[in-house]
Amino acid sequence: MKKQTIDTRPAGPKPWNDPRVRSLFFQAIAIAFVFWGGWVLVDNTLSNMESRGISTGFGFLNETAGFGIIMNLVPYDATMSYGRTFWVGLTNTLLVSAMGVVAATILGFIIGVARLSSNWLVAKMALVYIEVIRNIPLLLQIFFWYFAVLSNLPSPRQSVDVGGALFLNNRGLYLPEPLTQEGFGIVWGGILLAIAAVVGIRIWAKKRQLATGQIFPTFKVGVAILVVVPLVSYLVAGSPIEWDIPALKGFNFGGGITIIPELAALWIALSLYTASFIAEIVRSGILSVSKGQTEASKALGLPNGLTLRLVVIPQAMRVIIPPLTSQYLNLVKNSSLATAIGYPDLVAVFMGTTLNQTGQAVEVVAITMAVYLTISLLISLFMNIYNRAVAIKER
Amino acid sequence: MGNSMTDQTLTSETQTPPKDQSDKKPGIIRVEGMHKWYGDFHVLKDLNLTVDQGERIVICGPSGSGKSTFIRCINRLEEHQQGKIIVDDVELTDDVRQIDTVRREVGMVFQHFNLFPHLTVLENCCLSPIWVRKTPRKEAEASAMEYLERVKIPDQANKFPGQLSGGQQQRVAIARALCMKPKIMLFDEPTSALDPEMIKEVLDVMIELAGSGMTMMCVTHEMGFAKTVADRVIFMDGGEIVEQAPPHEFFTNPQEARTQKFLQQILAH
Repeated sequence: MKKQTIDTRPAGPKPWNDPRVRSLFFQAIAIAFVFWGGWVLVDNTLSNMESRGISTGFGFLNETAGFGIIMNLVPYDATMSYGRTFWVGLTNTLLVSAMGVVAATILGFIIGVARLSSNWLVAKMALVYIEVIRNIPLLLQIFFWYFAVLSNLPSPRQSVDVGGALFLNNRGLYLPEPLTQEGFGIVWGGILLAIAAVVGIRIWAKKRQLATGQIFPTFKVGVAILVVVPLVSYLVAGSPIEWDIPALKGFNFGGGITIIPELAALWIALSLYTASFIAEIVRSGILSVSKGQTEASKALGLPNGLTLRLVVIPQAMRVIIPPLTSQYLNLVKNSSLATAIGYPDLVAVFMGTTLNQTGQAVEVVAITMAVYLTISLLISLFMNIYNRAVAIKER
Repeated sequence: MGNSMTDQTLTSETQTPPKDQSDKKPGIIRVEGMHKWYGDFHVLKDLNLTVDQGERIVICGPSGSGKSTFIRCINRLEEHQQGKIIVDDVELTDDVRQIDTVRREVGMVFQHFNLFPHLTVLENCCLSPIWVRKTPRKEAEASAMEYLERVKIPDQANKFPGQLSGGQQQRVAIARALCMKPKIMLFDEPTSALDPEMIKEVLDVMIELAGSGMTMMCVTHEMGFAKTVADRVIFMDGGEIVEQAPPHEFFTNPQEARTQKFLQQILAH
């Protein structure tokens, strides 16, 4: 722009040739279409429901549900409300998703690194795993684990018995449940003490490395402390845990903790399936770090392990995080395939049974969709925060 | 300008830095009958070379002659398949410990700098002293600042490599290698990826380093640099050492036909 008080620019174009006016015009048309479409949808739905005599509103959430659910993390029985079935479904969805994310991440990183191994057999096994698992539809894999593997386990009377405490049969995996007794506070104290000690040692080790250059085996010592201190406090407190051991009562087991086969099948399938994608993401992330980086690190005398830890992984993470986020979102959304084998997740319980019984389609679908959207946005938010922390600063 | 030196110093040997001849260790690098193949391709053929401590070697030759591969064998970024390479009395074999021992004593500067983009300049310089030499951080940082001053960029210490020019990055790379206090420095075409106006600032640093008595092996096309600082110029072609001679002799009276042809091509502009 010239520094003149008089505008010497040539006269503007005709309005219909001015790109700014054009873009405003088309944006206005687009917005009008969106609003019109939304209004048609709402109006149509309302008039249809009115003509069929369906009442709207969320009052149904307080009505009695009257059906049983095979697995509940929050207390539930058939006399409770539909609102409670929502929480049961939601917690079940969150449980299998969280378990899946953890397992898929660990497995995916291991397989992704194995895929790049210089060991021929290890690399080829990882390749075969990835190509087989990621190319078979997830639903088939869930069926495979549920019907072909877990349903063929022996019946409760012929359970696989591990030490008289752990039982595996076609109804699930039965584990002893720890019931904390009086005096367990001491054990909690021991656990807290151990954690505090490990944190303290970490800080001290870092300070010492800054001051003297000595590197302390923080990880090994930390693990030792985390195991030994709670164990000692447990014994000192007089073993204040009683185990509720599952036992065969009639045709099935009672007591203890049960992992139902539906959960196991869904968890295994989701984890294995997502891990194959994560493995490829990890591989591409590591490969995205140029060979020159590894060479420079080696030329400086850093051994392979340190090269990977200090040079390659920090740079690979910025490539890995965004697609990894997508995989987490996929896993959470894929967990809704639970319906197919009857695992009582949010879709099965709430959008299935609750919707069928109440007929409140709009409300139930809206709530369910809002829940998945919220979970996904929260995952994105946290991953973006993490991504910003590992991003490389340039200019 | 890097090439301006070529014309000025064609016959003058006066700029050679003073050499310190006292108690230098002979044969700090010894290469004996070394061969290397990439699959069926015979890259390096029967190389023999002895470099004494404090010697400054410049390796030149047409592209594809194996000079970069050769220099990368000295710290085993490339493996050789036959013959011996002994660096500071340690032979390079498959033994990982021996390789790490050699790499600690041998610094390397690359054509494309290869600075770590996720670390600041200072962190780049301190990484290996802290993790490999187990130097206290304060000491490592102080020493890194000294080297950054020596390459004339102490004020960039807390910037990231991506914020520096190519010439600055290459000087950081030199400082980073020096922070390990190496006995030998390898340079793999250190100025080839630089804009002409930045070549001089890097060459100045290298000339200063040569003057301090560092053992250097340098693959470069900077013939002016070779004339100024080299004790010996080695000409490679087709994976062989064709000719080696002190720079004056090399440039004024090359013996081999291939050397003559190469010199004509690069000096005739």
